[in-house]
Amino acid sequence: MTTWLDGLLILMVLTGFLLLGSSRLAESIRMVAMQGLALGFLPILLHSDEIGIRLILLSLGSMALKGLLFPRLLLRAAREARIKREIEPFVGFTMSLLTGIAIIWISFWLSSRLPLTESIRSTLIVPGALFMTLTGFFLIVSRKIAISQVLGYLVMENGVFVFGVAMAKDQPWLIELGVLLDVFVAVFVMGITIFHINREFDHIDSDRLANLKDSDS
Amino acid sequence: MILFLIAVAIWVSTGISALVFSRRYAVSSWIGAGGAILGCLLALHSALQAILGNLLQSFQFPWSLPFGSFYLKMDPLSGWFLLPILGLSIMAALFGTEYMAAWRDRPSAGGSWFFFNILIASMSLVVVARDGVLFLLAWEIMSLSSFFLVTFEHQKKFVRDAGWNYLVATHAGTACLLALFVLMAKSTGSFSFDAWLEKGVSPFSSIVLFLLAVVGFGTKAGFVPLHIWLPEAHPAAPSHVSALMSGVMIKTGIYGLVRLLSFSEVPPEWGCWILIGIGASSGILGVLFALAQHDLKRLLAYHSIENIGIISLGLGVGYLGLSIHSPGLAILGFSGGLLHVLNHALFKGLLFMGAGSLLHGTGTLDIEHLGGVIKKMPWTGSTFLIGAAAIAGLPPMNGFISEFLIYLGALKGIGTLHGSPLVFLIIAATSLTLIGGLALACFAKAFGVIFLGSPRSKHGHDAHESGWGMRLPMISLAAGCAAVGLMAPLAFLILRPVLTMVCRIEALAAQEIFTQTSMTLFFVVLTVLGFLGLAGFLWGLRRWLLSGKTIHESVTWDCGYDAPSPRMQYTGSSFAQPLTSLFKSILRTQRKISPPSGFFPIHASFFTSAPDVFVRTIIRPFYHAVRFGFSKMKWFQHGRVNAYILYIGLTLLILLIWNLR
Amino acid sequence: MIIEQSLSMIFPLLLAPLMLGLINRTKAFFAGRVGQPLLQVYFDLFKLLKKGAVYSRTTSWIFQGGPMIGLAAFIASLLMVPFGGVPALISFAGDFILLAYLLALARFFVVLAALDTGSSFEGMGASREVTFSTFAEPVFFIAMFALARLSNGASLSEFLASQPRLWAPNIPLFFLISIAVFVVLLAENARIPVDDPNTHLELTMIHEVMVLDHSGPDLAFILYGSALKLWIFGAILMGVLIPIKVEPTILGQVTALAGMAVLSIAIGLVESIMARLKLGRIPPLLIGAAGCALFALLLVLRGHP
Repeated sequence: MTTWLDGLLILMVLTGFLLLGSSRLAESIRMVAMQGLALGFLPILLHSDEIGIRLILLSLGSMALKGLLFPRLLLRAAREARIKREIEPFVGFTMSLLTGIAIIWISFWLSSRLPLTESIRSTLIVPGALFMTLTGFFLIVSRKIAISQVLGYLVMENGVFVFGVAMAKDQPWLIELGVLLDVFVAVFVMGITIFHINREFDHIDSDRLANLKDSDS
Repeated sequence: MILFLIAVAIWVSTGISALVFSRRYAVSSWIGAGGAILGCLLALHSALQAILGNLLQSFQFPWSLPFGSFYLKMDPLSGWFLLPILGLSIMAALFGTEYMAAWRDRPSAGGSWFFFNILIASMSLVVVARDGVLFLLAWEIMSLSSFFLVTFEHQKKFVRDAGWNYLVATHAGTACLLALFVLMAKSTGSFSFDAWLEKGVSPFSSIVLFLLAVVGFGTKAGFVPLHIWLPEAHPAAPSHVSALMSGVMIKTGIYGLVRLLSFSEVPPEWGCWILIGIGASSGILGVLFALAQHDLKRLLAYHSIENIGIISLGLGVGYLGLSIHSPGLAILGFSGGLLHVLNHALFKGLLFMGAGSLLHGTGTLDIEHLGGVIKKMPWTGSTFLIGAAAIAGLPPMNGFISEFLIYLGALKGIGTLHGSPLVFLIIAATSLTLIGGLALACFAKAFGVIFLGSPRSKHGHDAHESGWGMRLPMISLAAGCAAVGLMAPLAFLILRPVLTMVCRIEALAAQEIFTQTSMTLFFVVLTVLGFLGLAGFLWGLRRWLLSGKTIHESVTWDCGYDAPSPRMQYTGSSFAQPLTSLFKSILRTQRKISPPSGFFPIHASFFTSAPDVFVRTIIRPFYHAVRFGFSKMKWFQHGRVNAYILYIGLTLLILLIWNLR
Repeated sequence: MIIEQSLSMIFPLLLAPLMLGLINRTKAFFAGRVGQPLLQVYFDLFKLLKKGAVYSRTTSWIFQGGPMIGLAAFIASLLMVPFGGVPALISFAGDFILLAYLLALARFFVVLAALDTGSSFEGMGASREVTFSTFAEPVFFIAMFALARLSNGASLSEFLASQPRLWAPNIPLFFLISIAVFVVLLAENARIPVDDPNTHLELTMIHEVMVLDHSGPDLAFILYGSALKLWIFGAILMGVLIPIKVEPTILGQVTALAGMAVLSIAIGLVESIMARLKLGRIPPLLIGAAGCALFALLLVLRGHP
């Protein structure tokens, strides 16, 4: 079972890597979709001894939202805004990948320092979750196009989700479902906002939103 | 030891005679170079005795320096560093006689032999001195004599600037060393190295001492960002002097570091991390900056920084082995680092002499103006190729062997260790691969653009080969590169007494590691010989295949374009462009472009230069701050004599009070 | 044993050009063509060996020596590559380092030969070759370090022979290492998406443009050499990927041969469905591969999975 679990997490880390190095939005969105689908299997694999209706619901729900619905929304937003790629991010793709390598290293180091139980320590869950959270954070900071930032947000949330599933053995799944709903609303709102901003301003380069701030002069 | 003392006497006396006869160049160069070579041969005997016979020779002059004594001792470590110093000095002296003949009308040409011989004497004294004060004295003489050699062509402004730069840098380093030695003497009560060894006091003892040692010795050796004098001084100095300075003088910095660090029993881990960090950054940044250069000597100077980085990586791995009590790791790391000291002397000496020969034969060192030189200068070209392969770490040359030993150490550690030592070994090994790839790119550029293709300007057209006086040293050094590469197990075994001394292990205890490693090296050499045999076989096969066939001569395929000119060849800058643009955030290459405009553009130009980032970002602001600070003291310094007398009186008074307190 | 060891040397010498044929056939199949005969590369080689040569007046002995030294380096490297679980003829601690540096030596001379022609096209190819290999080399080394830690060995033969014992719990790990090695294989052998082996004269390619001026036996050496180089990386990849250790060992070698055929088809497949990447996107690709290799190394270091 651990092999499968680790394989899944490695897959998620790899998608994170591809996200860091890819400029095409459609490709990036598909990566996030894949990550979302992989994520759906995680609760089942982790708690295979106590599979119940709630667990299955959670899995299916997150798969449907993160693997299918969000990507569709984002693809639509990208299509309507007529943007295909992130052209000039704040941090270049080569540099982003190097940062990704550094993040991997940091996550492993951190996870070896955190006080964890042996059963969790033996898997890749903690470093994987840390990697995804940090990568998502880095994507939000380093990208200009709003859709890429939304993707970063999703990756970060995925990381948190992995953490939550691993840690909260007995916590009510309701919280997870609530979080899912929050994310859904967030992505939905962002999708609509992106669409409208684009219609008003002809671009969704968030960098230029800075022009809207009050200037001193 | 007595031979060594005679050698020092010869160097000094012939140096002074050369100065006396400086009006007559032929006489002074014969005396100077002859004395240098004779002295080197004598001293070489005593150095080899120290390494091979493991014979400890010491000498204490019955005359005491203030605070110290004239105490010399030759052990395997000194012998090992003397080996390249003496060997390369012989070659440089040979090379110099013909090379300097171009300046024969200038009185300073004869006088330069004085400084040359003094430089050799002081470098040799540095590595055998066993007393702090004597060491610093020799160190200072070494710095000054090399300063006068660098400023040989002092009529040129850039030479004066480079000399000034060097003088300031080297004294900043010496200041740190002075502080270091005083602090160490304070905690042991003596300047004698023996006392330091006995008490186990070394720069590893505290972070302050360590940083002083790294800055002090690192300025001479060329650790980034203290390297700033190298790329200025080497292009300014005459080529045989650059060869000597880059090949061996900067190694005295490494020697000092190893000597002082060897006083401690078990080095702390942080020291090894710093060494590996310095090694990785110096190595990678050095070769990156080299890529962006188009003056050959500047390029080579940056490569010295890279190679110092490799040596420091080896030492870092070695000390790491000592600190975690893994003799295997220590032996492999030190053997790689120390062997690279010798190797770098061989190939860098060769390459700088090649540069000198190029300057002699073509009149320029700007690689963008050269091209196709190998046809006019076959000897220089072929030996330069061997040097290029060696410095890029390619088998079957010597550079590969030392890098291989460091890799082997890292590999051994990666297989067994845990935690932070492991992380640093991975960093060391990975940066070594990156350095290797970049060095290959850089020397493909340097050799390819200078020697291959067709001449880009009249400099290349009018090239002529140098005489035997310059060829012979280059050929010998090239042979040396190949010999160390092909007799690697032997070189490793010669290094053995040095290693047992630095690692402080019994020769018998590490027997297994030595046998294993020399077996591995034997297999390396075997495979490499197989490769050479195959190449020979293919050469024969090709001859056989082509015999009786028609062999045409034609133009290079020009893609249908009618009038290709040599100016259309790929230049060095364009060759390096993909890499320099990838690393542009580090290099900050400056471009001057005047693009073609209009339908019939008459003039267009493009020029790039890569001035040293560290000069701009660290060194210059630092010196500006210092100058600003001192400018605030101007009120103190206004040129009235009576005020100065007051200062003197006050100082004396304060001292008196201090003493009587 | 010595027979099998010699066999793993004879296979590449005889069969390496067949891989190129297989790749070409696969590509032709996907393009809806019949394609050249499987043995076309052999025909080309024989034809070239029988021909005379044309040399540019610009060139020197470096140009004529380059192909020879390159081929010799590839054959010497093959001596150290194990095949199908059978140890290589020569194996010692750190032999992969010598292998990588022999390949670098070959590259050095091919690049110099290209610069020797004085053609700006070939200069351009040479410049790109050194750039991308600078990034490919660390990937290979990190992958090898991961294998070293995993197999507790120090030579290629040990890395790739001790597999069966380790395979079962380490599937994700080998997967990661394979990705890294496969990307290095594509980059080092001038395949799509790094380089396009089919175009000769566009400004887009790397390896092919460097050998534009070679002819006759020299070109044959280069062609044969590039087939051997493909085999070297293919054999290493097979060593990582094929988990089964079978007795007698000859069966393992047959399995590996089948694996090489599959690999050729896979390369053909990649070439059929992908386009060449923009040059600026190649370093990120290789750094991504380095990330995979490092990830694998970190996984091994954790002693897990």
